Amino acid sequence: MDFSLDKKHEMARSLFKEFAETEVKPLAQETDETEAFPAETVAKMAKYGFMGIPVPKEYGGQGCDPLTYVMCVEELSKVCGTTGVIVSAHTSLCIDPIMTYGTEEQKKKYVIPLAKGEKLGAFGLTEPGAGTDAQGCQTKAVLDGDEWVLNGSKCFITNGKVGDVYIIIAITSVTEDKRGRKKKNFSAFIVEKGTPGFSFGTKEKKMGIRGSSTYELIFEDCRIPKDALLGPEGKGFPIAMHTLDGGRIGIAAQALGIAEGALERTIEYTKERKQFGRAIAAQQNTQFKLADMAARIDAAKFLVYRAAMAKATQKVYSIEAAKAKLFAAETAMAVTTECVQLFGGYGYIREYDVERMMRDAKITEIYEGTSEVQRMVISGALLR
Amino acid sequence: MKIVVCIKQVPDTKGGVKFNPDGTLDRAAMLAIMNPDDKAGLEAALRIKEETGAEVTVLTMGLPKADDVLREAMAMGADKAILVTDRVLGGADTWATSSTIAGALRNIDYDLVITGRQAIDGDTAQVGPQIAEHLALPVISYAADIKIEGENVIVKRQYEDRYHMLKTKMPCLITALSELNTPRYMSPGGIFDAYDKEVTVWGRADLKDLDDANIGLAGSPTKIAKASDKVRKGAGEKVNLDAAESVNYIMSKLTEKHVI
Repeated sequence: MDFSLDKKHEMARSLFKEFAETEVKPLAQETDETEAFPAETVAKMAKYGFMGIPVPKEYGGQGCDPLTYVMCVEELSKVCGTTGVIVSAHTSLCIDPIMTYGTEEQKKKYVIPLAKGEKLGAFGLTEPGAGTDAQGCQTKAVLDGDEWVLNGSKCFITNGKVGDVYIIIAITSVTEDKRGRKKKNFSAFIVEKGTPGFSFGTKEKKMGIRGSSTYELIFEDCRIPKDALLGPEGKGFPIAMHTLDGGRIGIAAQALGIAEGALERTIEYTKERKQFGRAIAAQQNTQFKLADMAARIDAAKFLVYRAAMAKATQKVYSIEAAKAKLFAAETAMAVTTECVQLFGGYGYIREYDVERMMRDAKITEIYEGTSEVQRMVISGALLR
Repeated sequence: MKIVVCIKQVPDTKGGVKFNPDGTLDRAAMLAIMNPDDKAGLEAALRIKEETGAEVTVLTMGLPKADDVLREAMAMGADKAILVTDRVLGGADTWATSSTIAGALRNIDYDLVITGRQAIDGDTAQVGPQIAEHLALPVISYAADIKIEGENVIVKRQYEDRYHMLKTKMPCLITALSELNTPRYMSPGGIFDAYDKEVTVWGRADLKDLDDANIGLAGSPTKIAKASDKVRKGAGEKVNLDAAESVNYIMSKLTEKHVI
């Protein structure tokens, strides 16, 4: 077992780090303050191939592996959680299901421009009445001749209004089991922006990741072609769950990056900040807190990287992904909270990055499966 | 069209400077980066490649770990890489370095050689023009802009207060300023490809028309008497005088120290 990165992954990390420090960090505060989607940064990331890292070259991607992608999200999130989630949702939630379940035609039509970053991807499962209980979804798709007709709405959608290609989960039939209980059967669809009947609701005003474009998607008699179906009809639920397994690794990487970024800034600050005539880093309380945070971050990193390696080598990686997301998200929350504490009053002021990072960290415990969902997944496997 | 870009792995000054007992830099112990002027030269070559489909080869002389900087160049878009490395080539000054690089270039077919103006470790700006001299190539130094026009290159040569527009026929050698452009980032896929490619490694025996008297530490006319890291200055002397007296005091101190 080797815990060190090989040379190409080391070099990829140095690339992502340099890009994040030079291109992303200077805009992070402004992105948070103005809630403006960082379109220029996304264009730059597209230029250098960051929008299709794990995608094979023949589909417009970089031909790298999930670990490289994870390190990209991690390094971006060290300086800006918003930029991290844009790449994560685009890659894991939109490109990945098309690569996994799409026909050759769908891959050519959608993955190539997505992986090149010419188009941006999003994913819609959550609805006002259906979060953790995805079976509560109401959005329906009915086949009418050669077209599916979509009706319903999706909420809290990352890359909402800025997206071009959306993976939408909708009910396509309801069946009854032997005891007469009704069961909704879902299917997955690829929906393009600009399709008549597809519009956007309100923009969400959020606690953190404020530059991320989070919108409600509305479908009113939205007609999409028959071949917009992704994967087999009725298999939308397993497709969504498998997609989220991958998405969780991306979010785990985002959480890991936020925690690392906050710790880096706190180490610098505690060396400079003087109280009682010496730097607070000279106080044992500070030293022990820094040590605990560093150890916890390393543990999170190993879980996240293991999940990325599992995605590269295994067909099923739900448990690895759930453990990584659970632990990394709770690490991000705990570490950023502690960092704000070490900054004292300054940590509560918007001028300092840790304030934003603490707000950004919270969402990682909620989206793409709450920490409670991850515990359900992990314990479910233990008690099977 | 074929372009060779000579690049150098230099110490990242952010990581601190370390010396060998003989006064030369202990390169193995320092963090290393691609020399900024060379990186601009590489970017210029890659832009020519995009326009004309030129083939870009990167060449470096250094320790085996200089492989890193060649991989970085390939990850940015260079097609081929050559590492010249041999114990007998170590400790070279600008004369021995340019002789060695010229020995390597004699093996290669090229239309254009680009080097950086100077390296941030030695700051001599001698190696590029010396290579040109060894190979009897015209040289245009301090390039702030490079254009290809058929068999010719048109270069904007930067001076402190003006610039020259120079045109010459290829083959020729150009030394690039870091102000020439903003080098591109590597791409993730480029990095993976760079590690799948081969780096050609040449030792002393592979170099052409090169005299042993002109290589390595022994072949270097430059002898280093002493080298040291920057010595931290003391706190200095504080005096409280009015303006006129201050001037007189400073002038007397400068005279005393033979500065003026």
